Amino acid sequence: MNALRRHRALSRIWASEPGLKGWFTTVNHTDLGRMFLFVATVFFVIGGILAMLIRAQLASPRSAFLGPDHYNQIFTMHGTIMMFLFAIPFFEGLAVYLLPKMLGTRDLAFPRLTAYGFWCYVFGGAMMIFALLAGIAPDSGWFMYPPLSSTIGAPGINSDFWLIGITFVEISAISAAVEITVTVLRYRAPGMKLSQMPIFAWYALVTAVMILTGFPPLILGSILLELERAFGLPFFQVAQGGDALLWQHLFWLFGHPEVYIIFLPAAGAISTILPVMARTTLMGYGWIVASAVSLGVLSFGLWVHHMFTTGIPHMGLAFFSAASTLVAVPTAVQIFAWIGTLWKGRPVMHLPMLWLLAFFATFVIGGLTGVMVAIVPFDWQAHDTYFIVAHLHYVLIGGFVFPMIAALYYWMPHFTGRRTYFKLGHAAFWLVVPGFHGTFLALHWAGLLGMRRRIDSFAPGQGWEAINIIASISSFVMAIGFALVLIDVVVNAVVAVRGSRDPWGAGTLDWAMPTPAAPYNFASLAHVTSRDPLHEDPDLPVRLARGEGYLGDPTRGRRETLSLDIASGTPRYMVVFPGNSALPMLMSAVTGLFFLGMLIKAYWLVPISAIGVIACALVWVWGLGRSTTEGALPVGRGLSLVPATEVPDPPGWWGSVFLLLANGTFFGSLLFGYAFLFTIAPNWPPPSYLEPGALPLILVLMGAGLVFFGSRLGALMGAGAALAGLVLIAGTSLPVLSQSPDPTRHAYDATVWVFVGYGLLHCLVSLLMWSVVAARRLSGHSAQTTLGAMRVARLWSDYTLLVALLSAAAIGLPGVLT
Amino acid sequence: MHPAGPAAAVIAQLWWVLLAGATAIFLFVAALIALAWRRPPGETQERRFVVWLGLVFPMTVLAALLAYGLVVGERLLPRATPDLVRVAAEARQWDWRFGYEDAPGRETENVLHIPAGRPVDVAITSVDVVHGFWVPRLAGKLDAMPGHVNVLRLEADAPGRYEGLGSEFNGAGYRDHRFTVIAHDEAGWQSFLQGETP
Repeated sequence: MNALRRHRALSRIWASEPGLKGWFTTVNHTDLGRMFLFVATVFFVIGGILAMLIRAQLASPRSAFLGPDHYNQIFTMHGTIMMFLFAIPFFEGLAVYLLPKMLGTRDLAFPRLTAYGFWCYVFGGAMMIFALLAGIAPDSGWFMYPPLSSTIGAPGINSDFWLIGITFVEISAISAAVEITVTVLRYRAPGMKLSQMPIFAWYALVTAVMILTGFPPLILGSILLELERAFGLPFFQVAQGGDALLWQHLFWLFGHPEVYIIFLPAAGAISTILPVMARTTLMGYGWIVASAVSLGVLSFGLWVHHMFTTGIPHMGLAFFSAASTLVAVPTAVQIFAWIGTLWKGRPVMHLPMLWLLAFFATFVIGGLTGVMVAIVPFDWQAHDTYFIVAHLHYVLIGGFVFPMIAALYYWMPHFTGRRTYFKLGHAAFWLVVPGFHGTFLALHWAGLLGMRRRIDSFAPGQGWEAINIIASISSFVMAIGFALVLIDVVVNAVVAVRGSRDPWGAGTLDWAMPTPAAPYNFASLAHVTSRDPLHEDPDLPVRLARGEGYLGDPTRGRRETLSLDIASGTPRYMVVFPGNSALPMLMSAVTGLFFLGMLIKAYWLVPISAIGVIACALVWVWGLGRSTTEGALPVGRGLSLVPATEVPDPPGWWGSVFLLLANGTFFGSLLFGYAFLFTIAPNWPPPSYLEPGALPLILVLMGAGLVFFGSRLGALMGAGAALAGLVLIAGTSLPVLSQSPDPTRHAYDATVWVFVGYGLLHCLVSLLMWSVVAARRLSGHSAQTTLGAMRVARLWSDYTLLVALLSAAAIGLPGVLT
Repeated sequence: MHPAGPAAAVIAQLWWVLLAGATAIFLFVAALIALAWRRPPGETQERRFVVWLGLVFPMTVLAALLAYGLVVGERLLPRATPDLVRVAAEARQWDWRFGYEDAPGRETENVLHIPAGRPVDVAITSVDVVHGFWVPRLAGKLDAMPGHVNVLRLEADAPGRYEGLGSEFNGAGYRDHRFTVIAHDEAGWQSFLQGETP
């Protein structure tokens, strides 16, 4: 079989459906990556237009262009869109597109989940844009501090759009993060050790784990606030034992890691592009990995630095001030390693390099002002002024947007298969970068002169006029520059001439394929033994196309790839990916109905759509099973491996592990919130605690025992025992709730209801999973091919019983102790 | 920044130190990058960049800075002194009400009276949403949290009127959520406490 026939055969197997239908049924990471990037760019344009409105309003004093009601919606949505609908999804898109290619594999670990996440993002984003156009957008600031964002300060539907829409969009962040984690750990080119991964994969891995542990506090906060708004559960109302500070803790527990979730992917792109531009290798690979990991860890210790002015005790301030300055150290390691890389090589001033220089100039200033505001006394003056606005734009635009434009120009030949041709990009650069500094350098000073954030206009005579008009004019110059970048991309994609493979002379596997990429990426998978396989073996692309790697034989007619041992990169089993399907889009549409029902308070729609989601999920899962075993099959280069359906740790098990990491963080945040209210909030204790009786205690312990031991008895016996145990656990909610009948009475009662609701949800999920396992066995699937599914179900039921025991202890203990 | 009290003055001084240091570091980094193009390619030591510049240099600078910040922070703390004056600030949408320990029952709206030259502790709280209490020329800012009382120490060097602001976004009336601080000389303060409106 020659290379062309192999290409045709593989394309038939892997291609998305032709025409319009293909957009809705594709599960291919190249397509979905491009779609993610496109939609994120659309949101960037929308957010940018809002920014222009803000600068138009503030160009002159006493502006009558916008009133406070519109202005408040506009700045809230500007922040919300740029953070949640542009920055994070843009990273997801880039990672979805690039990671499998850089790692030398054929797709992400869960192709249908990629599509599901994408459509959740599109539908959730559309909700937000609808609110904006209808003039009912959130208007309490992008961090939505209650009580202002709750029913007291915002009785309309505005805040609900934020809480429900953003939570819906976060599904895409969580699913992309699970996917990226499992892909980086288990789906690489055979032989590629962890220490040989492209540096971008390390950054993506750290970012993904941070999303899994950083987003759950926000999701919890949003759910609690929505419960307060919709049903009066008083989590943030001080009179009934809630506390507005709880929201600030949950929000910044997410919000500070979020800054690094945005910065790290950009740093990954820099670490990838810079050595290529300097025609050398990255200096200090190990140091850079270590500093990315430590940034990830440290960033979770910083959240309080957004709350220096909330009256935190002085010792606490000192600790968090120290942690906040400490985080500059790993950043400095990376910056100086990059400069060292430039010294080591012979840098060339291509367009991506130019944008990287803009990154250095901007981000270093942003980092230095960041150190300034980490010093508590200075923050007491600068907090909530334009100094902070300027600082955060230096960090986010300098630390994310500029490197992403460098990445765009670096990978554009890959996206389009064409040579970048025109000089428009240079003109754009000279508009954006001076325009940016003209805007935000000036605004630092406005902040020091006392100009507060979020005021909708200002009075003349305070010395702010000149600064603001300079900032406004510069910001429009910057906007024209961004528009030129977009025009440049479109023009290049449409009319530029075909380019060569690997135009920059890079060494990573993403350039070891013809561009634009074929749907299967690699005609056969490389065996990798170094960090820059293309430098090691320049003929590698040709040999892969000839089918000399793994899985070069398309005769089985399925989408096949390999899964590896995490550390060593030894191939472990073969994975068969599902084909094109409209199910992900359908399921996210039904998920959307669930959120819509909550939003417009059409509560009848909520259970109906929940059942719809369950039905979709069952169809989804059922299709993964296989009734008979195949045994070891040849995968090329003399190796034979069993398929994933016959191993104890299939991809779904790994995905569950990381999803449970996020889920456990959610539950941990709930415990934290409860402990916080218990110890800090005024108006505690509640009128009464639960009086723990013997009956519920016995029920929970019996249930837990049945689930734990029963689920280890094999598929059918185990399923029966687990089902019975889960019903017992669920049953304890009745005596608990009968003692705490009114969740609106006190934050304690509200918390009890949330614990019970969370536990019941997990009982339901575990019940469904064990039912699928039992149904598979009963319909004749072999024990071997249900083993993986059974271990997934056991993982979830074990988690459920753990949650049940911890919840019981948490809500019962105060009653025992008092 | 035109500081008019000891708290605001040390913060202003802190700012000038920070600005000078930041400018020096920025120029240093920019020069390092520019040099990459100016020098002949050759051996570059990883240790010099990663360990000395990446680890040792920022840790030294940051440790010094942090110590300085903590010392300044200590000076701003509300400590017990004999001539202390206590007032209370209560924020609401979109108003400020002030009470006085030395004149029980006296309440002023949107005007806070204090004596000049004496340390004042403002006990700040809110009755509805989160607000921020900020008199830029006298001290840093502190939030007004419903259900909590936060104490801010401020002091005006000289008698006069100082502008105060709500500094945490609080809805439609945010822009005009202001108040005035009037710092009296000793005689003016006494007559204010006696119930005369100056």
